[in-house]
Amino acid sequence: MTVEIARHWRLNSQRYSLIGEECPACHYKIFPPRDVCPHCAEEAGPEFHFSGNGTVFSHTTVHTPPEGFEAQSPYTVALVKLDEGPMITAQLTDVDNGAVEIGLPVEMVTRKLAEQGDEGLILYGYKFRPQMAMA
Amino acid sequence: MPIMQANTPTGIVGYGAYVPRYRVPATEISRVWTDGVGGVPIKEKAVAGLDEDTITISIEAARNALHRAQINPALLGAVWVGSESHPYAVKPSGTIVAEAIGAVPHTQAGDWEFACKAGTEAMQAGIGFVGSGMQPYVLAIGADTAQSRPGDALEYTAAAGGAAYIIGRAEESLAEFEATYSFVTDTPDFWRRPQAHYPSHGQRFTGEPAYFEHSVSAVKTLLMELGRSAKDYNYVTFHQPNAKFPQRAAKMLGFEKAQWEAGLLSPVVGNTYSGATMLGLTAILDIAKPGERILCASFGSGAGSDAFSLLVTERIAGRANMAPTTQAYIARRKEVDYALYTRYRGKLSMK
Repeated sequence: MTVEIARHWRLNSQRYSLIGEECPACHYKIFPPRDVCPHCAEEAGPEFHFSGNGTVFSHTTVHTPPEGFEAQSPYTVALVKLDEGPMITAQLTDVDNGAVEIGLPVEMVTRKLAEQGDEGLILYGYKFRPQMAMA
Repeated sequence: MPIMQANTPTGIVGYGAYVPRYRVPATEISRVWTDGVGGVPIKEKAVAGLDEDTITISIEAARNALHRAQINPALLGAVWVGSESHPYAVKPSGTIVAEAIGAVPHTQAGDWEFACKAGTEAMQAGIGFVGSGMQPYVLAIGADTAQSRPGDALEYTAAAGGAAYIIGRAEESLAEFEATYSFVTDTPDFWRRPQAHYPSHGQRFTGEPAYFEHSVSAVKTLLMELGRSAKDYNYVTFHQPNAKFPQRAAKMLGFEKAQWEAGLLSPVVGNTYSGATMLGLTAILDIAKPGERILCASFGSGAGSDAFSLLVTERIAGRANMAPTTQAYIARRKEVDYALYTRYRGKLSMK
């Protein structure tokens, strides 16, 4: 249990707010954060706050979810190409599963990912939804 | 003097709304429980999705408030969440919201509870925090995913939504707080014991001795102390447990339809509890012009009412479209039937 708490706690900033890194050498935007830039192999560098905007690169709908994700099934998982470059995998939300299309503009929201039973932690993190109009 | 005014004037520096996407029509609830016989108190109510709760609602409303305030979230001296549906019984919603918006670690965080007026209490405390010079900014949120017993009268209206306000010094504000006042008594009109899943209420007792006595008294006292009357205000908004109560309170106090209609959202979103009055105010701020006056009065069962007098400043110009407006969230709707609604609200026993 303690290991499980620490594992999730360490991911709070990237999961809640899409905070990654920017390589100080080549300025490649990195997500998730890591020790070495995947683009130029230099040491990765300071925090970078992603805008949360991107487009759907590909998607699929999960009808047989892994353990812990049954409550929200069926749900759509997408490869999202962030405006700043990186591609990440995330659930889509606030959209009908049949209405998702490649190229759909999406934005990051923080939602419930899973609950560890009735007495455990509630895990929150990023998902993406179709971009909303301001007015 | 019973009204509250800070030594240093304060105001709203940024505001944000959030309403979930899903709606269940009141006629759908009536279809299931009364065979469609009898009237319904609203058109439809907002329902939280499977991945939403008071914390996710608060985070989105808070981010919208930050977009409009254009301040560094690290300067928020407090992140307070008022709700009667905090996801944890023990573990603050405020810490999760503060972490998600970048306000940690140099901040004060916590949760407030006073039925449907928990969020406006946090606003009043924020006025004190900022007005005393203790902190430059306070984030006060009111949000709920309200519970209701299947088939109960409350099921037609108990909804989900929330609003967030960043309170700062008056010279930075989109709307200045002129004064605030609270009217509180021990009136048991609605309650929920710790182990109970659904609240209980006093049926018609929730009206005259509770909602109307407290809301009307709070507004009357504030107006009297300020030497004002209803006609001095461009807009007014009240707590909105249904469509009828706030309209009747407005009439009792001498307000006209043109003053209350912009802030009356309950017919199309339901009663968002701690979010209700605060969402009415975000809808008004979305359209308010410099120099206009707004009166706003929450109501919380148990019971009490917090009334605020606000003066809109020239800094309101251009702020509404820096984040989704309240009406943009209301327009984003996906209708669900009673079966999906019961799943989304966790009303199906799985074990």
